[in-house]
Amino acid sequence: MRTSLAGEPLLELSGIAKRFAGVLALSGVDFTLRAGEVHGLVGENGAGKSTLMKIIAGVHAEYEGEMRLDGRPVRFRNARDARDAGIGMVHQELSTVPELSVAENVLLGAQPTRMGVVSWRRMRAQARRQLDAFGIDVDPRAPVGSLPLGLQQMVELARVLLSGARIIILDEPTSALSPPEVERLFALLARLRETGRSTVFISHFLDDVLRVSDEVTVFRNGRRVEGARADAVDKAWLIERMVGAGHERLGESHAGEMRLADRPTAPVVMAAERLSVPGLFEDVSLSVYAGEVLGIYGFMGSGQLELARALAGKLPLDGGAVRVDGQAARLRGGTPAAKRAGIAFVPESRRAMLFAQEPVYRNISIAILERIGRVLLRPRAERRIAEGHVQSLGIRPAGVDRPVGQLSGGNQQKVALARWLTHLPRVLLLSEPTRGMDVGAKDDVVRIVRGLRDAGIGVVVVSSEPETVLSLADRILVMRRGAIAREFVGEPVSKDRLLAAA
Amino acid sequence: MTASIAAPTRISPWVRLRGQLRNLAPLVTLVALIALFSATSPSFATLSNLSNVLQQVSITAIIAVGLTFVILCAEIDLSVASVANATGILVAFLTVQDASVNIPNLPLPGWLAIMGGLAGCLALGAVTAFGVTRIGIPSFIMTLAMLQIGNGICALLVRGQIAYSVPPVLLTLGSGSIGPVPWIVVVAGLTLLVGHLVLTYTRFGRYIYMVGGNREAAEHSGVGVKAVVGAALLISALCSGAAGMLGVAYFGSAQQNQFDNYLLDAISAVVVGGTSLFGGQGGIGNTIVGLLVLGVLNNGLDHVRMDSFLKILIRGLVLLLALVVNVYAQRLRAKYRSAGG
Repeated sequence: MRTSLAGEPLLELSGIAKRFAGVLALSGVDFTLRAGEVHGLVGENGAGKSTLMKIIAGVHAEYEGEMRLDGRPVRFRNARDARDAGIGMVHQELSTVPELSVAENVLLGAQPTRMGVVSWRRMRAQARRQLDAFGIDVDPRAPVGSLPLGLQQMVELARVLLSGARIIILDEPTSALSPPEVERLFALLARLRETGRSTVFISHFLDDVLRVSDEVTVFRNGRRVEGARADAVDKAWLIERMVGAGHERLGESHAGEMRLADRPTAPVVMAAERLSVPGLFEDVSLSVYAGEVLGIYGFMGSGQLELARALAGKLPLDGGAVRVDGQAARLRGGTPAAKRAGIAFVPESRRAMLFAQEPVYRNISIAILERIGRVLLRPRAERRIAEGHVQSLGIRPAGVDRPVGQLSGGNQQKVALARWLTHLPRVLLLSEPTRGMDVGAKDDVVRIVRGLRDAGIGVVVVSSEPETVLSLADRILVMRRGAIAREFVGEPVSKDRLLAAA
Repeated sequence: MTASIAAPTRISPWVRLRGQLRNLAPLVTLVALIALFSATSPSFATLSNLSNVLQQVSITAIIAVGLTFVILCAEIDLSVASVANATGILVAFLTVQDASVNIPNLPLPGWLAIMGGLAGCLALGAVTAFGVTRIGIPSFIMTLAMLQIGNGICALLVRGQIAYSVPPVLLTLGSGSIGPVPWIVVVAGLTLLVGHLVLTYTRFGRYIYMVGGNREAAEHSGVGVKAVVGAALLISALCSGAAGMLGVAYFGSAQQNQFDNYLLDAISAVVVGGTSLFGGQGGIGNTIVGLLVLGVLNNGLDHVRMDSFLKILIRGLVLLLALVVNVYAQRLRAKYRSAGG
């Protein structure tokens, strides 16, 4: 395929280990980056890729093991040290200043001055030269916030390059980009390779990784599993090593196959047609049947979380229509309108759904107060309803008067679900319903969700964790870059297949 | 006045006491002030002086009720005094004035004048609510603009003059008394009572606390957050308007800037009482204690012959201290909350 100009090891790491609050995030990791290569890093969430890169970029200063740059041992105390040594990182969340112009962002902290006054003319010219050198066609005067995400990323990259970086680390650079933007980024990476710079490319998009990398390395559970030349392996090879099929307990990893239910014959409770929110997802249509759990899976930034927010009335839709039981839902009216239409939503962040200082019973009754009493509150009825849920869901500790902020994460999630159990909605949207929970709490949530499904409502679970979707869903949609890429129904599915489709 | 935090196990009484700092600090302050002034001045602890104190805080109390709703929502209303002033002047403008008062006014029957005043303050409140909830202007800035607009309306209506007449009903409520009790104290007490009942026993009141406690979570529960905040701002304008109309009768005149002190007084009363500036914590009970602290302090300082110029500074220091306690209590609260893990 391509002949790598790479030869000399530029950066060598050996025996790297890193703990967070006693928990091992990386252990015994060796990693070599050669001059002039693009090195792809793949692995599931929490496999340790980003942690390793943050050690290289000086973000994490505390670690075990050794790092050598140009053969000399180095130890960075902070990101500034790493930058001075020629290492630059473009994070998943961009750190450009949206209000400032492209030129100001590119030259941030290094503006050319004349007698202490910023010289705008020289700044623009300098930025122009820098951008041209990498074939980035953008007006240096434009505010960065006005540019499409892909160009914003280019601007950040240009800034990293201008700071003299020889090693550039890109964390998930393509997840939010449109196909033409991805092409532009790849062209830029090719140019960097020609100039002898090295790039580390972290991504969930395995096709992208295989296309652009010279070398690939797979991580799993904080260890380096295996590395290979990119043109010697394929996607299946990567997935096998990421998931670790055959090496782990099947039930936990969902590495084994399971068969999904056939398409339901029950009526459709929610039909969404051609939904769009520019920049997040385009032209998404889907149906949710009564008595099913629909899982929507996608990598971070693929648009599934935003889709759920839009269906809940939290994010204004740019186009499309949503019908619940055949009635048009007016989602422009926000969450109260969605609730009236029969759509309930439990967001991924518990802080965004619970009133930490208020007692458990008020957290449960908040969604049904108007059914308990039109004008006056009936605290006794509220308590009685809450006590019923606390008992049936096994919420611990059992009192309804304790501030909900004192409960554990799993119990908080149960309280948030209990809110919708008294008067069932038609559709319940759950965003990352089991994130950060222990196994027992996860099982409880699975049980609650199945109970809701059996009561005949349509449940939609959106997640960027394959396990979550696999453990809950009867039918699965996979989203990729803001569009539905594949539907799994009535067929065998496994983690490998989900990852391959995303 | 917040609902009791019932029996969390394994939390020491000391921690629980600190969790109640918000409610205890103002009460302790009140008791200490009363003890101090009673000991240093023989004329302070008398029945007639109690009546004075209550009368002196009555106008502030009516304004503070509305403001409590707004602050519980984690918003602020800086236009209360200005809306009060404008409403008072509007009522005078709609009442027959003495020939010596040279303003081109528009005399109406008494009850219509009062209706006009109420409509006026509600209209100002509606503009504020629209600006904050629909346009999305932060309430701090929006009500600052309304403060100026209210002042502008006052200036235009009285043109530097002073009006004296208001409808007879207002005159009775503002400056009359039933037996030994001034009517204005009764009205203030009723307003506080209604405010308390609404906040504690109605669905709307619960929404006020929930919106202030966590706006995002309220929205995710399907609560019409904008409607709740808008209603709180309307209630605040209505209370201010009522206080303005009664105030004109209480003062015996309607003129520009006569309510200027009430903005700071009303905010002080709510905050000194312990209602959280971050929303969701506190209530009318807190506001009552805050009103009494301020009233006793003002009145008591006169009894001990304090330099009246020093009084202003002392009031500022008390407000500062209350703010420190308010923020500190919020932090303790957060700690206490996570203590249960």
